[in-house]
Amino acid sequence: MIEVLLAPARVLVTKIGLDGHDRGSRIIAAYLRDAGMEVIYTNPWQAIDAVVALALEEDVDVIGISSLATDHLLVPKLMVALDAAGLGHVRVVVGGIVPDEDEADLLSAGVSKVFHPGAVREEIVSVVEQLAIAANNERPVD
Amino acid sequence: MMNNIDKPTSPTGSDTQQAAFDAWQQNYDALIGEDAPVKNRSGIEVQPLYWPGSDPDGDYGDKLGFPGADPMTRGIYPTMHRGRTWSQRQLIGLGRPVDFNARIKKILASGASALSIIPCNSVYRGIDCDEVEPEILGTCGTIINTEEDMDICLADIPIDEISIGLNDPSPFTMLAQMLVVAEKRGIDWKKVTGTSNQSDYISHFVANHMFYRLSLQGARRVQLDTAAYLAEHVPNWNAFSIVGQHMQQAGATPAQAMGLTLSTAIQYAEDCKARGMDPEKFLERFTFFFDISISFFEEVAKFRAGRRIWNNLVTERFGVTNPRAKRFKFHAQTSGCDLTRQQPLNNIARVTVQAMAGILGGLQSMHTDGYDEVLSTPTEDSAKIAVSTQNILKHEAHLCDVIDPLGGSYYVESLTDAMEAEILDVIAQIDAEGGMFKAVESGFVQQLIGASALEFQDQVDSGEQIVVGVNAFAEDEDASARPTLKRPPKEHMEQQVERLKQNKAARDTDALTQALEGLRKAAQSEDTNIFAAEIDAVRAGATLGEIVKVLRDELGFGQPLVVA
Repeated sequence: MIEVLLAPARVLVTKIGLDGHDRGSRIIAAYLRDAGMEVIYTNPWQAIDAVVALALEEDVDVIGISSLATDHLLVPKLMVALDAAGLGHVRVVVGGIVPDEDEADLLSAGVSKVFHPGAVREEIVSVVEQLAIAANNERPVD
Repeated sequence: MMNNIDKPTSPTGSDTQQAAFDAWQQNYDALIGEDAPVKNRSGIEVQPLYWPGSDPDGDYGDKLGFPGADPMTRGIYPTMHRGRTWSQRQLIGLGRPVDFNARIKKILASGASALSIIPCNSVYRGIDCDEVEPEILGTCGTIINTEEDMDICLADIPIDEISIGLNDPSPFTMLAQMLVVAEKRGIDWKKVTGTSNQSDYISHFVANHMFYRLSLQGARRVQLDTAAYLAEHVPNWNAFSIVGQHMQQAGATPAQAMGLTLSTAIQYAEDCKARGMDPEKFLERFTFFFDISISFFEEVAKFRAGRRIWNNLVTERFGVTNPRAKRFKFHAQTSGCDLTRQQPLNNIARVTVQAMAGILGGLQSMHTDGYDEVLSTPTEDSAKIAVSTQNILKHEAHLCDVIDPLGGSYYVESLTDAMEAEILDVIAQIDAEGGMFKAVESGFVQQLIGASALEFQDQVDSGEQIVVGVNAFAEDEDASARPTLKRPPKEHMEQQVERLKQNKAARDTDALTQALEGLRKAAQSEDTNIFAAEIDAVRAGATLGEIVKVLRDELGFGQPLVVA
């Protein structure tokens, strides 16, 4: 078990589904980069398969999904696809407009944390850092 | 401590007045203690007091004039809100066309005077509903894929008697569908009025990206073809709605958002002129769409300065003399970015202040946000409160009794001048980049906006900018008390997908193939109007997805520039 990361955490910041608003994802990417993490950033509208392929290729620890409209409803499908690709250790966080009753569904689908509007930099950075450590500890050895 | 108001060399009043000001300044400095500089969102330092000496050289005629006359700082019409108040243009959209039709009838009955159609995000992406993940279908707007869908949305609505706003990305399929519906109902297109809301491909390339379906160059071609077609056939339709709202929502300061929007308008005007269109005519059909933040005086000054700059700019750059072509007509929406998830009912107060800034800034049309927008897609109850807010401000608060009621305030006039200088500086930067098209192609504008977004977020994170309920005055809350919108029932979405399949199966395939081929050829050739070919395709039953696919194949798929 490690308690600190030996290399910078690798985080994929992306948007799935149909919405294109990216103020949130751009700010989060900048926060994480400023904190020394390796951020892989994409255009909006990624297909679930594309996110899984990129997560695999970039060997990420954490995936951050930004959702302003209702695209968070697709996240349970992403969780299933990550598991199927052998990426069960990768932690997923969701940030944006997520109604309270949907949050429980996301958490039970395996999402580690939902950030709502008003979440602050320190909390986001620290949660992602901790999740990257947890992901590293569970990463399968090949 | 020293206050850095420039001492006027020749005050408007007497030397006694200057002496009185100096005495006040001394008293102020002695009493205030630590007086940190105060800056607004656009970075302009705001003084504790304004007086005639703050602008000793101001000439009323040059700077303000009278409403409806140059330079239109005080308003674009002689009567402004005293004559006709703004259109209450609430954005709504949900589920199936039949659901939209039922809800829009209620909203019209509650006092709204114009209608806007917000389609499902799948429509924004240019995809028919039979190709969308069912979980997210119809959750943000109405599914409109066919002319039949549009006919149902507008059932019993007199298309020729009401101003219609369509949130309709390039290539403007919803407009094509609506025109075919009008044609079938025997309505003269010359009587159709309204606006292609947000028909500004540059703003969608830079920020929010929602209406971005075609490559930058392809969208430019479609925009100009459509504008030329409408000028001839649907002369009362506003083809251009140039948007500052996206950029401000994405983080641009109010002054940047205004400057970038005016630079975009300059680009479109130059493009239209290069195509041989007459500025005296096409500029009449330019409309603008802005964000209204809660920075009250700054927003009022932004709108007043915008009107003045546009008036001067079209005169200087395009030689326009027709007063109608100089009018800075704008719709505005209260800013969702200022709303908080914490203590959400506070958002009603925020929207009220934002709406006041827009009204006192002289808008022509307004959307007020539902207080729950930050929790979910707004509910019907919150939309009603948003409309009532406008009615209360209009009828109970009497905000429409006097034209430009803040005009002449030493502060507001000084701030209008300062905002004007900031905005002109942004326009000069874009000119130096070779115009707006080049400045967004290179990512210059995206970087500017991204930096401002981070700077503002840092102010909130550090507590320098207080947000009630977020970084101050926070309380424990019972989140379960919050209303959320019911999502459209799954069966409704299944019915809608089924309806599309039946609609597709019932078409004359030869006519359809021929019409889509006509659209492809129009896109390939330089001198056939794409929008004319698109209307033919809708007449032949082509769906949104089919039309967009042809044009994406020919003109390029739109992807925003990644600037993170």
